[in-house]
Amino acid sequence: MRILIIEDDTDTATYLTKGLGECGHLVQRAVNGKEGLFMALEEDFEAMVVDRMLPGLDGLSLIRSLRAAGKRTPALILSALGEVDDRVEGLRAGGDDYLVKPFAFSELLARLDALLRRSENETGAQTALKIGDLEMDLLTRMVRRAGRPIELQPREFRLLEYLLRHSGQVVTRTMLLENVWDYNFDPQTNVIDVHISRLRSKIDKDFERPLLHTVRGAGYVIRAEA
Amino acid sequence: MQKPRLFNSSTFRLAVIYMALFSTSVLLLLGFIYWSTAGYMIRQTDATIEAEVVGLAERYDSTGLPGLTDLISERMAREPGSPVLYLLADRNFKPLLGNLDHWPKGNEPKSGWLSFRLENDSHPESSGHPARARLFNLRGGFYLLVGRDVQELEKIQNLIVSTLAWGLAITVVLALLGGTMISRNFLSRIESINDTCREIIYGDLSRRIPMRSADDDFDQLAGNLNNMLDQIEALMAGVRQVSDNIAHDLRTPLARLRNRLETLRKQVTEDGPRELLDQAASEADGLLGTFKALLRISQIESGSRRAGFTEIDLTALLQDVIELYEPLADEKGQHIEWQLVDGKPIRGDRDLLFQAFANLLDNAIKYTPENGRIHIALKGEQVSVADNGPGIPKESRDIVFQRFYRLEQCRTTPGNGLGLSLVAAVSNLHNASIHLKDNAPGLQVIMDFAEQNG
Repeated sequence: MRILIIEDDTDTATYLTKGLGECGHLVQRAVNGKEGLFMALEEDFEAMVVDRMLPGLDGLSLIRSLRAAGKRTPALILSALGEVDDRVEGLRAGGDDYLVKPFAFSELLARLDALLRRSENETGAQTALKIGDLEMDLLTRMVRRAGRPIELQPREFRLLEYLLRHSGQVVTRTMLLENVWDYNFDPQTNVIDVHISRLRSKIDKDFERPLLHTVRGAGYVIRAEA
Repeated sequence: MQKPRLFNSSTFRLAVIYMALFSTSVLLLLGFIYWSTAGYMIRQTDATIEAEVVGLAERYDSTGLPGLTDLISERMAREPGSPVLYLLADRNFKPLLGNLDHWPKGNEPKSGWLSFRLENDSHPESSGHPARARLFNLRGGFYLLVGRDVQELEKIQNLIVSTLAWGLAITVVLALLGGTMISRNFLSRIESINDTCREIIYGDLSRRIPMRSADDDFDQLAGNLNNMLDQIEALMAGVRQVSDNIAHDLRTPLARLRNRLETLRKQVTEDGPRELLDQAASEADGLLGTFKALLRISQIESGSRRAGFTEIDLTALLQDVIELYEPLADEKGQHIEWQLVDGKPIRGDRDLLFQAFANLLDNAIKYTPENGRIHIALKGEQVSVADNGPGIPKESRDIVFQRFYRLEQCRTTPGNGLGLSLVAAVSNLHNASIHLKDNAPGLQVIMDFAEQNG
């Protein structure tokens, strides 16, 4: 995938370029807002990572101009300001996700993957999700594995739905809190792990091949192959 | 925060005291005026009577009774319509001569001054004119009365008294009105300062007290307060700058360290070193979490989040918190009970309130032994989280809200000592009160949002 990084801080930019390059992405970098806007308008990128505070043109104005010009390239905003009102402001300006510096690389990668996938999936509303022998019907809200119905609590259903929509991708605990529970907060204990293990006991326990996997230091992934 | 009403304002009290003092002075002044006008007339009359009595007594002494009666008759004949009263009586008070029919009833002293009413024969029912007289005991057992009809004098006296009374009443009314107006004026200026203070307390530090460009003492006070606020704002901006610097200078290298550990972990294949790297990474995560929590508390304390307050349904919010934590409690064999009744909407920050309640519930689960009970209650605008764990000793209940404070027996459990500080910061931000109580055994935390709109 072609990814544009607009970041004035060389350390962060180098680190991102290297990390994303290792994951097989083609990365281009702009050092200031004007150059970034120019590159984003000229070329087609699958996603972009935009620092909020940039010399010349700040990140939010850049995204606003880009959206006004009709470019829908998914944008992940990076910010040193960890305030929630900034997050809201960033999303309102047309950003698609928001990550506060400093961040774990795995978190950025997971969010970027989610953005890339979102733009792929945007065509048409899905009525069913499927992975391996696990099926989820979004209309009847029925979940079956190998034809056997599985009873899920509403929150477990949403959790599984989110995982299935991002199947094959790592989702972090923060992403789950933000998207499944819809709250932006820091749990003191890994309360999400308990919900995952409950879900796991329902969908994986009686089956030979587990679908829900823990990715150490990053989060969780649902995938058919081991 | 009760707004001061006019009647319990200090300026109004001052005005009332001033009015009382002023009225007393006016009363004294009016008393003096009365004494020197009406009193003077009475004294004048008394002096005339006295002189006359002395003259008549001298005539009696020199010429005897016939001389006296001649003189009295002569004087009565000279001024027939005059208010002068004479009466000469024998030792049995039987009138001998004079323009009074009989000795004044009920007043039969031997000598001295006497006030009485003249009886009007044509109108016996109406009380007669007031009179003032001097009795004199003549040698030979005769009694002499010399007096004046003081009807006119009394009229003037009454006029003076009523004029003075009206004057006093008008003075009191004017003083009251003036006092009210002055204290209203003062009150409105003090209120404008108070309003600004309240808004600042509520988090809007950019507010300043309006000036009237009169350059009076109030404007000087406002100016000084405004300068003080500028100073505070600058200092707070400085503190924020420092926190931002901490964020940059410490968090960024920490994050880099964590990411390098992660990269390294991918390259290492042996289990032993991998285990160590995982531990190191989670240590770094813990440190980052602590920094994040610290900065979050500072940010909450700055009050800037109030701008984004929305209406919050506490019942739904608490249900979400309980739903999130119930499996965790289940794992420890704990039982969560809840009773959410009559929840009233409050204004607040959804994420922060969730964080605060989550921290409380997290603590309850962490510190309550297995098979413990946790009770969450919402009643109106009051939230209570109670457990039957070890509780917090009474003497430590105030300091547990301090940053990094941890009870001795809790040092072994994971945590950074910021959980309750954050709860307290969120509680303050929402103008809620927070209390720790003994749940006998255990701890009960009560957050009350009822005073929020006070």
